[in-house]
Amino acid sequence: MQILGAVFILIGASFLFLGALGLIRMPDVYNRIQAGTKATTLGALSVLLGVAIYHPLWWSKLLIIALFILLTSPVASSTLARAAYKVGLTPYRIEPTEGKH
Amino acid sequence: MTSNTVSSSVSSFNGARFLWATLLIYPLWLLMVGSFDPAEMLVGVLVALLTAGLSQKHLHVLDDFKWHPLMPLYLLIYFGIFLWALLRANLDVAGRVLSPRLPINPAIVEVETQLQSDLAKLFLANSITLTPGTLTIDVIDQRLQVHWIDSAAGQDMQHATASIAAQFEYHLSKFMK
Amino acid sequence: MENLLILLAFIMGVCALLLATWRFFLGPSTPDRVIAADTLSVMTTAALVWLADLFDNPVYLDIALVYAALAFLAVVVIARMIEPHTQKMNKSTE
Repeated sequence: MQILGAVFILIGASFLFLGALGLIRMPDVYNRIQAGTKATTLGALSVLLGVAIYHPLWWSKLLIIALFILLTSPVASSTLARAAYKVGLTPYRIEPTEGKH
Repeated sequence: MTSNTVSSSVSSFNGARFLWATLLIYPLWLLMVGSFDPAEMLVGVLVALLTAGLSQKHLHVLDDFKWHPLMPLYLLIYFGIFLWALLRANLDVAGRVLSPRLPINPAIVEVETQLQSDLAKLFLANSITLTPGTLTIDVIDQRLQVHWIDSAAGQDMQHATASIAAQFEYHLSKFMK
Repeated sequence: MENLLILLAFIMGVCALLLATWRFFLGPSTPDRVIAADTLSVMTTAALVWLADLFDNPVYLDIALVYAALAFLAVVVIARMIEPHTQKMNKSTE
């Protein structure tokens, strides 16, 4: 049972890492927001689940933190995306390939 | 500011809001305290009543729910679909980030919604943000602007609405106005 | 075995923090920096919860909750501040 907690913490840390990697690799701010918020939300939830397996008595407070992250993370990213859009940052588009044929 | 609606609701005590606010705050208190000690539970009732009483005139969002007996069930179903979508979204993003070619084809599309209340639109926008490849940028009346990481399926509004919002909208409309 | 998994998770977490910090300094636009800060704050919340486990002290859970709340508020406030307000609030509805 203990090993399961470690596995969930490792999965969570991996998703946090993937989110950060997406933050570096993605070409514009909107794609970065997508990679950053989604992967880190699940990563944080997975870490919380791992800790809940180690300490079952903490479940109620961990549940509150999980619900809070689940509610606020998309709000923060949408607010930020809207700000970026209104500032006038143009979304990245794939170049049309017709011209090359 | 919509001053006329605020002033009309300030004057009267809204019993339904007070009841639902109390019923929402009390479980939150129990979760925070994390024990079923009788003294804590009693203090919790007082705190929930006081908080709900003081804040009920500002809690317009509570009017946006459709209260009926099956509502908790619909809420649970919605939550399950939401978690499943979140899981798929993460695997999707992980796949894209790890792929050397970085397979993205982003575009900003518009999605139309039939939901009327602000709370329902907020839930829809949040759900879209946490599902595979989509990010809500803005909500303007009945239209949501959505950044779509892989818009190959079609960028017109019918296609976008069908593949991004339709499922959530159906389940949300069962318990929100 | 378990210690190895925890060590791997720790290395992953540190790399994640470094990459996000790199994006924070790289920019180039203000929203880029704010999204890096937002990502860092979610990572920090997870790290605080993990600290509660490592130190076996549940008080870190309360710290994580308050930290998450403050970080969320900060990100929303900064996002609203960098958003240009071209129209007056009253006119935007009509």
